[in-house]
Amino acid sequence: MTALLHVNNISKRFGGFVALDGIELVLEPGERLGLIGPNGSGKSTLVNCICGAAQNESGSVRFEGHLVDGLSAHQRTHRGMARTFQLPRPFHSLNLVDNLRIPLLYTVRARMGPLRSAGDLDTRCHELLEMVGLAKKAKQMPRDLTQVEMRKLELARAMAAEPKLLIADESMAGLSRSEIEDILTLLVRLNEHGITIILIEHIMSAVMSFSQRLAVLVSGKKIADGKPEDVVRDPEVVGAYLGQ
Amino acid sequence: MNTTTFSFIATAVGLIVLAFAHWLGIDYFFFAGYTILQFIVLATAWNILGGYCGYVNFGSAAFFGLGAYSSVFMHNFFPMPVPILIVIGAVVSGIVGFGMGYLTLRLRGAFFAIATLALAVVLQTLVVNWQYLGGARGAYILRPENIAIAGIQVTYIEYLFVLMLALAVIALTTARTIERSRLGFGFATIRDDEVAAEASGVPTLRVKLIATTLSGAFMGMAGAPFPYYIGYVQPSSAFGLEYAVNSIAMPMIGGTTSWIGPLVGAVLLGSAQQYATVTISSAVNLLIVGLMLVAFVIIAPNGLVGLVQEHLRGRRRP
Amino acid sequence: MEFNLLINAIIAGLLLGGFYAAVTAGISISFGMLDIVNIAHPAFIILGSYIAYIVNVNLGIDPIIVSILVLPAFYFLGAIVYQVYYQAFEKRGQESLRGLAFFFGLLFVTEVSLILVFGVDYRYVEAAYIGPSIHIGLIDLPLRMLVPCLAALAMFTVLQLFVTRTFIGRAVMAVSQDQLALRLMAVDPIRIKRIAFGISIATAAVAGALLVVIQPVEPSVGREYIGRVFAICVLGGLGSMPGTLIAAMLLGVIESLTSTFYGPSWAPAVAFGFLLLTLAFRPAGLLGR
Repeated sequence: MTALLHVNNISKRFGGFVALDGIELVLEPGERLGLIGPNGSGKSTLVNCICGAAQNESGSVRFEGHLVDGLSAHQRTHRGMARTFQLPRPFHSLNLVDNLRIPLLYTVRARMGPLRSAGDLDTRCHELLEMVGLAKKAKQMPRDLTQVEMRKLELARAMAAEPKLLIADESMAGLSRSEIEDILTLLVRLNEHGITIILIEHIMSAVMSFSQRLAVLVSGKKIADGKPEDVVRDPEVVGAYLGQ
Repeated sequence: MNTTTFSFIATAVGLIVLAFAHWLGIDYFFFAGYTILQFIVLATAWNILGGYCGYVNFGSAAFFGLGAYSSVFMHNFFPMPVPILIVIGAVVSGIVGFGMGYLTLRLRGAFFAIATLALAVVLQTLVVNWQYLGGARGAYILRPENIAIAGIQVTYIEYLFVLMLALAVIALTTARTIERSRLGFGFATIRDDEVAAEASGVPTLRVKLIATTLSGAFMGMAGAPFPYYIGYVQPSSAFGLEYAVNSIAMPMIGGTTSWIGPLVGAVLLGSAQQYATVTISSAVNLLIVGLMLVAFVIIAPNGLVGLVQEHLRGRRRP
Repeated sequence: MEFNLLINAIIAGLLLGGFYAAVTAGISISFGMLDIVNIAHPAFIILGSYIAYIVNVNLGIDPIIVSILVLPAFYFLGAIVYQVYYQAFEKRGQESLRGLAFFFGLLFVTEVSLILVFGVDYRYVEAAYIGPSIHIGLIDLPLRMLVPCLAALAMFTVLQLFVTRTFIGRAVMAVSQDQLALRLMAVDPIRIKRIAFGISIATAAVAGALLVVIQPVEPSVGREYIGRVFAICVLGGLGSMPGTLIAAMLLGVIESLTSTFYGPSWAPAVAFGFLLLTLAFRPAGLLGR
């Protein structure tokens, strides 16, 4: 079975600063991967390189066996990647429903043709808002949301693109215990429907309960990649990130 | 109200305006009206790229002038009726808009804005050096006294007025249709956050290019009849700064988020300027437009339409 | 004969380039370092030209001296303009569309005001060095171009020293890279930006005086410089002073050669062609960041 995602030895520099140094990562379809590491270790840069928001300088990224290096971000989204942004980036002048409409209009429709009527689109938007618990605020504007609610919107927007691979970048920051549970349940359910998920988080309890596999990024290098219970006992990981 | 209904209503309004003007039969009304309609088209065209997408175009004069000089070129090369010239103006300006966009839109919006400003200067330089188009001395266009539309004899200026009225209706209908379409949503995402737009699957470069091409094309259409309107074209008048500032001031003062803003801005500012040019001087008139632009941009960023919307929203709260 | 023409065209271009560097220095600060697209900069330059002109015509003072005298006034003007820009746009995150429109409005209002006050006739200044030239062999060095070039290079050097040697200068470089770090050092980034923008406009005063020495001015001359200034800034690599100087010289030489061999009316188009090519192929500039 071809790997869904094959990040092959990619590197990225910003001027003199090495953000990613020879990252190798393979993801099988249906996997739940957790990605952890200190701030500034390159996690978001890695996501950017995978999804096309940035271009890796060496190495390659393959999605479903095809090379995606030259493709723009929107083309990769059309192929089935979706991501959230660590700092939420909603469309400020559109209300919540319309925010979700964008991926539906531009990604889903591009992939499957104009099968959906306007009514269907609306229904789907509301469904997604319901899933993240924002249904009551459907007609409000992003500026009326709390930080936490904006992260949920980010997640809903990524889900709207009906991805094969979903990368959730710190979607749970600031959430309460029960809210974390809700999001985790949601992500597990998406995974059960076949969506491969990379979860980037600092909340260890969430990462541990969710991940089938755990990778650790420190200073642009991957220092561990394996079963969660093994990785958290790795002395290098403990020293670099987890602490005593 | 869907597009078909709107276009019917818009056309109906246009015909009423036309009938009224024809009944009045005052030439000055046609001259002044033509200018205002021209500004409606320019302001609407600017707003497609500036208001909807957030990309500022300082070179409206460039595209307008291109349209005007395409007509001069055709006049010397192979005379055509004005409606055909409008199409030619649209094509030429549209292509240049596309080309400029392709070269500069992959970078930041600021570079596009600067490039458009420089474009006007360059095109003016080109025309000044091109004797076939009259160069710096200018070109004369002789126009007939009268012409027949649908069997009715009208003065030439009324004919031009009708054409510009039709263009204005088309421009406004196009703008409104875009607003409510998938393309309109795409434009809004580009204005709000291009990176997020790309991540959501919006082909940002393609969408921006559609905007620049459309915007350029409409401006070219507005410019195409100009030589026939004015009779004597000089580079400094066709590429004049007043087109640049008015295309920006009218939508920004009227309101950039909908098709109504440029219409309101063009009618108000256009009429005020017509009055001012006659009573004061044209330089003072431009100064006032400039000052109003600065004032509105600072105080009322969403223009007059925005002020009205806020007032209505305020009223609705208990 | 041709060779003589060529050499002098190149020399003239270099001298012109030195002047262009002075003109661009201000934009290098406001656009390159502060990320403010002040397209009204040429308007401030022309304002400087006219002020130098009035004082020169009425009081007979050398235009370059005049510009140095009005430096504080221009600095103050720049500070005010930045404050308005910050309050109205930067704070609200609206700088892209509305900020640009604001500066465009300023450019326009300045130009039209000058037309109203002075009319569209060309204005000249009188100074001892306008007219005579130094001859070295084949080379002609018209003083009216040499003196501004030297003054421009002097100003440029002062700016470069300021930015690299003084605390405030380095804070200006820092503010473009990391505002948070500045705050942590108890330096108010807004104050730094205001100072920088003030300096940027102050350079316009000097550039304006130099301009009116080199050529007669009328209100619309400013607009020709927009393309040149941004072309140099981009080609030189935003915020890089040495890069700006090299790019300015390059543009000066190419314009001069075009002017000499193809006619002066093509000169404005050269800068734009430059700008387009740079944006299309090397947007990071020659020595880019």
